[in-house]
Amino acid sequence: MEQATTPARTVEPFEPRLTRIGAVDAVALEARAADLAKRSIKRGSKLEALDLIVRMIDLTTLEGADTPGKVAALCAKAMRPDPVDTSVPSVAAVCIYPTLAGEARRRVDGSGVHVASVATAFPSGQSPIAIKVAEARAAVELGADEVDMVIDRGAFLSGRHAEVFDQIVKVREACGPAHLKVILETGELGTYDAVRRASLLAMAAGADFIKTSTGKISPAATLPVTLCMLEAIRDVHVETGRVVGMKPAGGIRHSKQAIQYLCVLHETLGRDWLTPQRFRFGASSLLNDVLMQIRTQKTGVYESPDRFTVD
Amino acid sequence: MAELEPRTDGGLEWTYAPAPESRAIVSFEERYGLYIGGETIEPRSGEWFTSISPASEEPLAEVAQAGPEDVDAAVGAARSGFAAWSELRPAERAKYLFRIARIIQERSRELAVAESLDGGKPIKESRDVDLPLAAAHFFYHAGWADKLEYAFPNRRPQPLGVAAQIIPWNFPLLMLAWKVAPALACGNSVVLKPAETTPLTALLFADVCRQAELPAGAVNIITGDGSTGAELVRHAGIDKVAFTGSTEVGKAIQRELAGRGVPHTLELGGKAANIVFEDCALDQAIEGIVNGIYFNQGHVCCAGSRLLVQESILEPLLGKLRNRLSTLRLGDPLDKNTDIGAINSRAQLDRITELVASGEAEGAELYQPACELPERGFWFPPTVFTNVAQSFRIAQEEIFGPVLSVMTFRTPAEAVDKANNTAYGLSAGVWTEKGSRILWMADRLRAGVVWANTFNRFDPASPFGGYKESGFGREGGRHGLEAYLRFEG
Repeated sequence: MEQATTPARTVEPFEPRLTRIGAVDAVALEARAADLAKRSIKRGSKLEALDLIVRMIDLTTLEGADTPGKVAALCAKAMRPDPVDTSVPSVAAVCIYPTLAGEARRRVDGSGVHVASVATAFPSGQSPIAIKVAEARAAVELGADEVDMVIDRGAFLSGRHAEVFDQIVKVREACGPAHLKVILETGELGTYDAVRRASLLAMAAGADFIKTSTGKISPAATLPVTLCMLEAIRDVHVETGRVVGMKPAGGIRHSKQAIQYLCVLHETLGRDWLTPQRFRFGASSLLNDVLMQIRTQKTGVYESPDRFTVD
Repeated sequence: MAELEPRTDGGLEWTYAPAPESRAIVSFEERYGLYIGGETIEPRSGEWFTSISPASEEPLAEVAQAGPEDVDAAVGAARSGFAAWSELRPAERAKYLFRIARIIQERSRELAVAESLDGGKPIKESRDVDLPLAAAHFFYHAGWADKLEYAFPNRRPQPLGVAAQIIPWNFPLLMLAWKVAPALACGNSVVLKPAETTPLTALLFADVCRQAELPAGAVNIITGDGSTGAELVRHAGIDKVAFTGSTEVGKAIQRELAGRGVPHTLELGGKAANIVFEDCALDQAIEGIVNGIYFNQGHVCCAGSRLLVQESILEPLLGKLRNRLSTLRLGDPLDKNTDIGAINSRAQLDRITELVASGEAEGAELYQPACELPERGFWFPPTVFTNVAQSFRIAQEEIFGPVLSVMTFRTPAEAVDKANNTAYGLSAGVWTEKGSRILWMADRLRAGVVWANTFNRFDPASPFGGYKESGFGREGGRHGLEAYLRFEG
């Protein structure tokens, strides 16, 4: 097996961390997440949260049927989610397949909205590493400034952790200046212990963000799995000072759910992480629900879903 | 391990707006008499006292101070109540218990708000812990009422008679359920004396009994201070005493009952060790430590008040614990986001304050997160003492407040020695990923309950009770029934 190289952005090699991987107790983790989900967020706090959620969304379309037209519509929505209420901010990014990165770049350029492209044989990750590296490089060349890669779960689950590590390092290099989000596909990892191990591995290999899911398999993001990953991020930050972001993706459709994620984030990593630079939601239908809730908070009435654009 | 660095790039400063549970669902009467023989009656003592909210010191209601004549009337009513109740077919008794359980569920929001108002505990605890468990105890024991012959085959179980029950202020309605449900299921009648500072949910429970059309005299509720409890224990007409409270009062009860042949069960104080091994799931152990000592402001007899940490992980553990304490939200018990409510009474606050001062004087290092205390009411911030020696008062005496004493150990054997080195023996916690070590520890810990990778978990099917000065007798499960039965077989 090839040895891992250490790129400039890797703060520390993986090996010295091994003794500190530790364990996760599933029952207690889920109890803590359920407890935080009961936080009651009202009035001004709610409006602040909803505004932040919009700014944290990676508005996503990842279909075989995606076309330049579909992406153009998505980009318009991303830049101005609510044409009626211009105080509603833009979302963080659009998230698309590499072939559409160029179209997305042209549409959003100059707006502050980022272009995130999936890569590395998304969603399975089952391709030779040379192809995965080439795909990541191509996505960046086409205009992506964020790359969402998937880890090779086959390698991870068969115990070839170093191989997973090396692949992330290589993709990291191929991304150049683009930000790298590493998708663990937690729904395939089986245990929280494995999620924690994969989180630490991805961070040690140079991930800027760690991300739960592709959205292609169920379960996708859950509150406990997000808490588990946030705790890993906290440990890395406290031990090394390194800042890594978090992106739950898939299955977050309602404002209420998204606010629960913010509470978990707020009470695990604190105010510093309440920014799109450090936290994203991978979502599509969530945005309209948040827009409806913002309108409700401001006007006191629920408006028809037909008053919010479907893109 | 250090705490998190201060913020660097402008994350949102997000605060939670107040989210109070409405208190409109509870309407306390101005005055509550005694519930005797199915009627509410004025105390013959002619005396009343006021129950206040410890969070605001506002008066909530006036409550009768039962004197000797009142105690006598209650025991008399329970005696006639016993005759009717014990003769009911067991399946009929079960029917009433099921009915009470369902009414508690139906009225759970009202009862939870009342509990938080009168006792100061956060609404999320009374709503999510006290009330569901209280209902569960009645459901569970309703199931036993007609199956006692199967619980104790060939022993011909019989009820004892009139059970005198004295309960504490930390879980007023839940402790009522722990006492009343098994007593009734076994065919006994009850005279219950709730704590002086938290009588109101017991008085609302009297209304639940009325609503359930429970036969008169099966449950009698008398309010008052310690003298009422003493009078009740002294009364010649009682057949059983069940007490939960301090070890000091427990000893006085035992002295009073010596030679009288009245069976009794005592659930007294504790100074539980929460033992954390280096191979534990650390973030979840932190939650268990916090739940162990700050749940219900530490007003928990089985609270994990002594934290024994394997020395190799002391620093990372303390770093994480301090981070976690900074997120605890102290304040209005009725706010749904409150984690730590009010101290139950001024007397208890004084005791906590005195013991914490002794800890500082003895040389322990005190840590409290930045935490604003409301101006009115009784409050104490979550507190951690490090550098605690086994000989300090804060390591030996029950504080019954949100105060944690941290000590270290090196080996499992040393952990057992230190954990058992106390006058008490109610509960213990073990945190490790190694199953065999959990069993090894549980064999050696002299405590009524040993929790593994969790803490403060209760279930009506699980017997609860102490070793040594934590008392004797068990509540809950089949074991708990035994305390309310005599056996003719």
